[in-house]
Amino acid sequence: MKYAYYPGCSSHSTARDMHESASAVARALGIELVEIDGWSCCGATAAHQTDRVLAASLPAANLLLAQKMGLDTVVTCAACYNRMKVANHEVASSPAMRSKVADAVGSPYDGSVAVRHLIEVLLEDVGLPKLKKSLVRSLNGLKVASYYGCLLVRPHDVTGFDDAENPTSLDRLVEAMGGQSVDWPCKVDCCGGGLNLTRTDVVVRLSNSIIDMARAAGADCIAVACPMCQASLDLRQKDMQKKSGRPYEMPIVYITQLLGLCLGISPAELGLNRLMVSPDAVLQAISAKE
Amino acid sequence: MTIVIGKTKRVTGLKPLVEEMSGVNLGVCYQCRKCSAGCPVAGAAKSAPSEIIRRLHLGAGDELLQSGLIWMCLSCETCYGRCPMQINFPSVIDALRSLSIAKGTKAPKGNMPLFNRMFLENVKIFGRSYDLSMIAGYKLGSGKIMDDAGKFPTMLRKGKIAILPPSGADKKLVQRIFGRAGKNEGETK
Repeated sequence: MKYAYYPGCSSHSTARDMHESASAVARALGIELVEIDGWSCCGATAAHQTDRVLAASLPAANLLLAQKMGLDTVVTCAACYNRMKVANHEVASSPAMRSKVADAVGSPYDGSVAVRHLIEVLLEDVGLPKLKKSLVRSLNGLKVASYYGCLLVRPHDVTGFDDAENPTSLDRLVEAMGGQSVDWPCKVDCCGGGLNLTRTDVVVRLSNSIIDMARAAGADCIAVACPMCQASLDLRQKDMQKKSGRPYEMPIVYITQLLGLCLGISPAELGLNRLMVSPDAVLQAISAKE
Repeated sequence: MTIVIGKTKRVTGLKPLVEEMSGVNLGVCYQCRKCSAGCPVAGAAKSAPSEIIRRLHLGAGDELLQSGLIWMCLSCETCYGRCPMQINFPSVIDALRSLSIAKGTKAPKGNMPLFNRMFLENVKIFGRSYDLSMIAGYKLGSGKIMDDAGKFPTMLRKGKIAILPPSGADKKLVQRIFGRAGKNEGETK
């Protein structure tokens, strides 16, 4: 199992923990992630809000590098995943866009490089039976709310990730780790991520309702697969506390951090010390596998 | 808002341009409003996806670019996901944003265009996003200097904000792309 790995900009900044835990989990499971040499930004929200050709060209430049490696591209950031899938779709479905992108990046690209999220690799290529055999510790009934957000599942005809309204990929991983995946209605709601700095009030309101619902469903923590969701839900709990006067202490962990713990990897190696809200409740629940 | 319905049949306004830029046929919308029901910011923005589409149907011009939704839309794509006619409304909003920048429309609350500009400026220089410089530029430009100031030391200590600029990207290629694609034209024929 060898892939071209696109870490994305947040891997070196706000989501170092995502990068650390994904790399550690991949190593433990024999997934070889070869970082794309010279990779650049996918353009994120700023590019598609500004210019459609720019938004398709920035991901295309990276996908061309992956094409030269002859490997499928694996992404851990849901936003990069989304932008790359959309770029592939734009280039493949419109000859006009294809020629504009070719002009911008300096070589033709047909949109054919497969883009996959690490979760898809874990479920489809590694598979749950093999994954379960590798686990040495258990979540021991920890109640986990699986939160997918927007960018993995929408637009669904383009991303093709799991199910648009009720995805279960994270839930299946949680159950495989011996956790209890809670039934709750906010799996694909928006945390407000795109407005994190510009309209923090909106982010606090949207993220607050997601955390309240997870708590009402009995969750001990929320598992995420997107650095924007992680930042909104984790970073903004202080603001929620200030606004409501109630304590907010819901750990927001990457699914790869939970997996890493169950694979016997140390919390520090998984970047768990970087979370704003303490993950102690999660760490205490984990025990040796029976 | 006042909508004047004239006697001429021909619809003018932004609709043809928006349809061309977004590649979306707005004529198929029959105002079921599933998009607006699922929109997480329609209330706060005081404008909803179905309303934007209807105003385009009715010949709205540049005044539409002042709608709150244009810069509050989160691109969460819920509207698109639930539209029975598969109208790609996020693409419509992106076209309206491009037009809003091109026409120099007054900056919205929170100044998202400034944020985007700062983000892309840094990508253009470093080939990758440099959060520290991008945030500093945005804060200076928007005057929101003290927002989240209390969280900064913790984020730095936990390594959640990189101090040094990113390295390793093919900067020449990125600059070439910006030189040729960042013209804010949308998709034209």
